[in-house]
Order: sequence, then C-alpha cells, then structure tokens
Amino acid sequence: MDAMTTNFATQVLAARLRAHAVRMTNAARASHIGSCLSMADILAVLYGAAMRTDPARPDWADRDRLVVSKGHAAAIVYAVLAEQGFIEIDELKTYAQNGSRLAGHVTKTVPGVELSTGSLGHGLPVAAGMALAAKRGQADWRAFCIVSDGELDEGSNWEAIQFAQHARLDSLVCIVDYNKIQSFGSVAEVSDLHPLADKFRAFNWGVHEIDGHDHGALLAALTAPPVLPTRPTVVICHTVKGKGVSFMEDKLAWHYKNPDDDQVIAALAELGAELGEA
Amino acid sequence: MRNETIAALTSYAREHSDVMLLTADLGYSVLEQFADELPDQYCNVGVCEQAMVGIAAGLALSGKRVALYSIANFPTLRCLEQLRNDVCYHDLPVTVISVGGGLAYGPQGYTHHGLEDLGIMAALPNMAVTCPADPHEAEELLPQLMDRRGPAYLRLGRAGEPVIHDGGTPVTLGKAVTLRQGSDVALLATGPILGRALAAADELAEAGISASVVSFPAITPLDEDCIASLAAGHRALLTIEEHSAQGGFGSRVADLLMDAGTHVRFAKWGTTPQLRGQVGSQAWLLDQLTPIAARAKALL
Repeated sequence: MDAMTTNFATQVLAARLRAHAVRMTNAARASHIGSCLSMADILAVLYGAAMRTDPARPDWADRDRLVVSKGHAAAIVYAVLAEQGFIEIDELKTYAQNGSRLAGHVTKTVPGVELSTGSLGHGLPVAAGMALAAKRGQADWRAFCIVSDGELDEGSNWEAIQFAQHARLDSLVCIVDYNKIQSFGSVAEVSDLHPLADKFRAFNWGVHEIDGHDHGALLAALTAPPVLPTRPTVVICHTVKGKGVSFMEDKLAWHYKNPDDDQVIAALAELGAELGEA
Repeated sequence: MRNETIAALTSYAREHSDVMLLTADLGYSVLEQFADELPDQYCNVGVCEQAMVGIAAGLALSGKRVALYSIANFPTLRCLEQLRNDVCYHDLPVTVISVGGGLAYGPQGYTHHGLEDLGIMAALPNMAVTCPADPHEAEELLPQLMDRRGPAYLRLGRAGEPVIHDGGTPVTLGKAVTLRQGSDVALLATGPILGRALAAADELAEAGISASVVSFPAITPLDEDCIASLAAGHRALLTIEEHSAQGGFGSRVADLLMDAGTHVRFAKWGTTPQLRGQVGSQAWLLDQLTPIAARAKALL
C-alpha cells in the first residue's frame, strides 16, 4: 500500500476503535474513555501499519512487542486486538463484566496482550527488558511501549530511560501519549513535564515530536530507523484527551465519566458509526 | 554462602544459555567470575531495583530465565509491586537472590537489616521462598529454583557461614531436613540461625530436655507433613528465624497449626522491636534476644 492508502486504512481503523471504546465504556459503566480516545490513532497506526504482528500467532517469536503501560486505556486496546483478529469482536461486549477476561486494566490473558498493566510506571522497564532480550539474541523485532504523560511522574520510568540508553537498546521505542491531562488536573498544574523532549535528549534518546493524531507523521516516526544510532527512541505524541468526540475533548471529567445512552448516540454520530454496529 | 551460591549459578548458567544474571550494581568480589565468563548472560543495570525487576520480567517474557542479585531489602521491598505485578502475577521465571538476610549486615544499621522480607515475599502469589541454612542448602536449592521456572526468592546470609550439613544430605525444595531427633521440644529453624538452634539443643540436653532440630530451607512450599508430624511427636514447638517474629516463618507455621486445629504448645523465636536501631555485629545483635534455649525451657 502507498502511504495515502495506508493512512486512509488506519484512519478508518481509528474511527472504529473509538466507536468500540465509546460503546464499551457505556455498557460497562467504565471510566477512562478520554484516555482511550487520545491514543486511538497511535494504536491504529501501530497495528494497522507499523508493527509486525500475526493475530493467528500471538506468541510468534519474531513479532514486534507492544507494552501498553497506561493500562487504564484497556477498552481501546481490546478493541484494536479485536479489529486485528486476536479476539472476536463480539467479545468486546463482555468488557469489565462479571467473569469476563477483559479486565478494566490491560490483562495478559487476552491474546495479543504482552503485559498486564494498571499500576503506572511498570511498562517501560519491562519493554526495556524485552529490547535487551532482542539485542542479546540478535533478533530484529522491536519493543514499543505506550506511556501516558501523567505516569512519567513515576521514577521507575526514568530508571528505565537511563538504563535503556546506556544499554544501547536501539529497538526500544517509547511512545508518550501527551494529552496534557493527568488524573487530578492538567499536567502543567500537577507536575509539569516541560520541556519533555529536552529531558529525553538529555538522557541520550532520539526524539520524534509529532501530532499524535496525524497518521502520516505517526507512520513515519514509528517506522523510521533509530534517530540516534544505537540509542532508544521516544515518539512524543501531542494528543487531545477525548479526541474525536467534541464534548469529551480536553476535559478532565472524561477520565472518570462514562457516556450515557444519549451521549453514546451523539458520540457515534460524530465518529460516523452506527449504534447497533459491533 | 553467597560465593557458593553464585558458583552454583555460574555452573547452571554455563549449561543453560537462557539464564541471565542481573544486578543493581552490587556484588563486588562476588559476581566477577560470572560476568567475566558469561558476559552475554550478565547485565549490571545500575542502581535501580524497580527497573531491574521490570527488565527481568521483560527478559523472562522473551524466553529468558533471570536471577537478580542485591542486598536484602533492595530487591524485595524497594520493588515490591514490580515483583507482585510484573513477575508473580505473570508467573515468570525470575529468582531474586538477596544477601544480607536477617542481621548479617548488623553494623551497617537498620536500613541493611532484612527483617520483614520473608513474610512479605511469602505473601506473594506463585513465589517460592527459600532461606538456606548453610552453603550446602543454598547450592542444592539454586538449581531447583531455576528448574522450577517460576518466581522465587533465595535469601542468603553473607560470606563465610559454616557448613552445617554434610555434603551428602539431600535438600529438596519444600522438604524439611531433620538434624536431631528428640521428644520434648522441636526446634524448627530456617536460615543460618540453624547453628544457634543446634547449640540450643545441646544446652537443653544438658538440662535433661530432649530436643529435635529441623531445618526448613523453604517457607513456600512449606513442609506441612513434617510440621504435623513434629506437632504430634513433641510437647512443644518453637520456630526460630532471623527475621521479625511477626509475619514470617513462625507465623506461617502458626497459621498451619491453627488451620489444622492442632493443639500444641507453640512459640516463635525471632527478632523483636527492641533491636530496631541497635548497631552491632550479627552475633552481638542476636545475643540481645532471649536465648533460644531459655525460650524453649519457658515453653515447656
């Protein structure tokens, strides 16, 4: 596929992921829809174009790995796994229901999930361990890790950021979903990360800083060779919390609220999806 | 016993190329042979225990078996949630090897006293928790923990502990080792404090009290059959550990006895809050506690 066709395909996928996440959080009365929507485009480009995966073989040794460290964005992770064929789309209806394997935080019992997460600051060290395994084994797969901006407050991330550059983990790609809103307020108010790119540069990481909703920019950054030879790469994605549903965009409340039925209808209309559609 | 353990690990890793050793920058004069001989299987990650456990989980999820090395509280309490979520929840083959268990680093102060680690590690799911008494137990346990391919904790003292068992003594994960057979009181010990338990048994014998001495190299899995048999065959049981008397080996044994409805005189010998903040050699600190023999006599 050429770049334009790929972009169209991943944009269609992203819209479907958003619609799934809206329906799932409504049905489960679950939180974190804003966090899901801000990373819909990132997931769509990763699974739709950038990563080497095979839904028929979730444990394929040579697959690229994705650790979703912001495990609270579980709904949209399960949605992309369903759209890719790792699980049945129909299973998404069980999200966070009694007895379901689709827990409210990303859980490894779901095919395609690499790591159970939910407590922040766990994913990047694990992804670094995966990249170290690839390096020691001369394997060519890559280890991606999506972190939220708020979770960069956790010191364990910075331990991993320091380690990964020293260990020359050039197959490690950290993706920051920088939607500027964390759990209890804006990032600027709670614990300002600015200048985030400079922080990573000072740690000897290669840096891409892009619009995290621009599929062309995402595809270019996520498929590029390391910015700095032998060093890990960060893709700082400037995103909007709640992106794609106008009344959810850039609002802290949608970290917690779930959309009621009327809001689902309005959201799906904006996303071009049908209410009853799976 | 740390040197014998690392020698056993080196030997095991030589035969199994999937085994890796990580350290959070500790192990001077201990890990060099492994690092020099097996550089592709070794990594010093720097002073970062949380990341070390996460990195170990990532390696394990990618097909490696990983041993971690650090001092008592650092690879256990500092990174407790990484052990719980990343390692134990995923049931990954990661063995935490700690040195300085109990009061081994006595003069270094309270930060270096490992007094809660056994109880906390034993609370984690899927975790084998071991506390060898001497270099022989440690050498025998290490390959069993690696073969087991699950989360494990191997709590060591430091260097120079005396060999208690003779080399032919079988040591099996989850099985206790009986050193003396008596009839009045059973001394159930875990870790190098076994040496003091044996000395206490000698002292009790002089007072006409017949004591069994049994070593428990593992707290999880616990040799429940042995404990039931000891309870049936003695007037009293005394658990002995170089660890807080609350929440550790003794508490596990007490749980077991209560759950089984076993009525037997029972006490736990371990460290007390009065030791907190005290500075001194391991032997001096242990001497501040009520002697084991006196505690056993009081129990009878």
